[in-house]
Amino acid sequence: MAKEIIQVKNLKVHYPIRSGFWNRVTDYVRAVDDVSITINEGETYGLIGESGSGKSTTGKAIVGVEPITSGQIIYQGVNITTAKNRRKLNYNKDVQMIFQDSMSSLNPRKRIEDIIAEPIRNFENLTTDQERERVQELLDIVGMPSDSLYKYPHEFSGGQRQRIGVARAVATNPRLIVADEPTSALDLSVQAQVLNFMKHIQQQYDIAYLFISHDLGVVKHMSENLAIMHRGRLVEIGSRDDIYNHPMHIYTKRLLSAIPLVDVEHREENKKHRQEVEQEFQNDQSKWYDDKGRVYPLQQVSGKHWVALPKDELKQEEIKEKGRD
Amino acid sequence: MWKTVLRRILIMIPQLIILSILVFFLAKMMPGDPFSGLIGPNTDPKQLEALKRQAGLYDPVPVQYAHWLKNLFKGDLGISYIQHVPVTSLIADRAVNTFWLALITTIITYCVAIPLGVTAGRHQDEWQDQAVQIFNYITFAVPPFVFYILGIWLFGFTLGWFPISGSVSPNASGFFGTIGSQIYHIILPACLVALISTTSIVQYLRTGIVDNKVEDYVRTAHSKGVPDNVVFSKHILRNSLLPIASSFGSVIAGLLSGSMIVESVFSYPGMGKLFLDSIGQRDYSTLTALILIFGVLTLLGNLLSDIIMSIVDPRIRIK
Repeated sequence: MAKEIIQVKNLKVHYPIRSGFWNRVTDYVRAVDDVSITINEGETYGLIGESGSGKSTTGKAIVGVEPITSGQIIYQGVNITTAKNRRKLNYNKDVQMIFQDSMSSLNPRKRIEDIIAEPIRNFENLTTDQERERVQELLDIVGMPSDSLYKYPHEFSGGQRQRIGVARAVATNPRLIVADEPTSALDLSVQAQVLNFMKHIQQQYDIAYLFISHDLGVVKHMSENLAIMHRGRLVEIGSRDDIYNHPMHIYTKRLLSAIPLVDVEHREENKKHRQEVEQEFQNDQSKWYDDKGRVYPLQQVSGKHWVALPKDELKQEEIKEKGRD
Repeated sequence: MWKTVLRRILIMIPQLIILSILVFFLAKMMPGDPFSGLIGPNTDPKQLEALKRQAGLYDPVPVQYAHWLKNLFKGDLGISYIQHVPVTSLIADRAVNTFWLALITTIITYCVAIPLGVTAGRHQDEWQDQAVQIFNYITFAVPPFVFYILGIWLFGFTLGWFPISGSVSPNASGFFGTIGSQIYHIILPACLVALISTTSIVQYLRTGIVDNKVEDYVRTAHSKGVPDNVVFSKHILRNSLLPIASSFGSVIAGLLSGSMIVESVFSYPGMGKLFLDSIGQRDYSTLTALILIFGVLTLLGNLLSDIIMSIVDPRIRIK
């Protein structure tokens, strides 16, 4: 079994809601609530969820740009949730992030050379020539022309900017890259281009990805293991096969049935399937969600497959699942 | 870069022509003429007519304009009808005073405004920010002349630290003595003007920092592992200085045009006071020259702003 690179244990990110005359904390927004995932070296781990489900917050917490409420993130045996530990390990050299919005995440007043070189300058002492060579090399990897060096972010198209984002993230030879919806702002042909660059880089440098997305098709293309989030909590985790072929939670099923299919032959069947899933959701809400509308804690179903279910439901589900096989 | 500057300067030519036409007609439309002040009970109307004819006041308007423009290029702005000296030398004396006042005011303004803005922006909603905001509201809300008079009363009259009028002491002698006396006269008005002109700069800077702090590229910088201080100085502060850099030109132009109120209150012989005096005395030729100079200064200020902007912000360079 592959060695794990990072372990997230019971991560919670809560934001206080203040109200009333004294502006006292009356409640919390539970953006991320009790999330535990393990990412192995060199793998792509998909994190899926609808918008507002806390997947980006989880990613930011892992990189350390979002303060967490409680929980642990273990990297090389050290809990890196404090800035001090992150500095000691040079954590941000090893863990980088790619952002969704390629325009706003690049400083508009800096040249591409400076943008890509900044992380290198933080962690390594290179001469100007060596640095330029390295930046050039990185631009080659993502297939950008060499005159890009002296241009500014606004002079590029969205896909090119995202490739610059990838080059910047790879600059420090990281071991884990948190990719926060790297392609959701791009059109389909450019998506494929960026994804292929990412895969190529992964194979070449043995980088692990935490691939955050709401696009199930893209995640299927990219990742071996994945986790599904809903309202800040994990709904289901498992291998690609577990999730795509044997979904157990109603939320996963709804997500999967919502993928548009170009399949004229089976149009009626697909429609019927969608209606069945929706019917199941309408009838058995209480089975999947507790009285506060949150999903239950995860329970192991098989090897890697964990599903959020109330304790007594597991048996029945197993029986049903077996019957279907 | 140089192309942008050149192009920007070329745009100024039609602006200057339009400005000169406007100034000329504005001056022509003013009530009274240069001789109004000279009319007394013994004035012979015929002699007056002859003088007016001699001064070219009955020529066709385009001829008058051409004549005026020709003299303008020779550096001749006419003779002040009240003070009977060439307008050029009259203004030159005053311009030197205004220049020093403007320079010292600018230095004090930015030295005070930038630290205040940075403090307020960095400690948003904390007590430091609130203290700066209160200071800002006061300087913004109280009319400038009230400040000047209060300043004169407190530092000039009661404490006697600074002189309260003029630009140089009549007893000052020697080169350094004169310079020292001049600076001594400038400090109080400069500080008071600076106090008021900090308001908008502090506000711009604070808003810029607060806005930039939550920008995505700042988050990117954090995720790159850039230390917090460097993120602040390299990413947040530099981008927040943009609006200030762009307002620099107009601030300078405004100060050089002379702060009329402060110069009047302090009886400081600068261009602003000259302007007000000329209006009062219907000094037609001086007034025209001053309006023209203020106009040119404003255009130059805008030019300076645009050039600074194109240096600091790569996005707006004209292709």
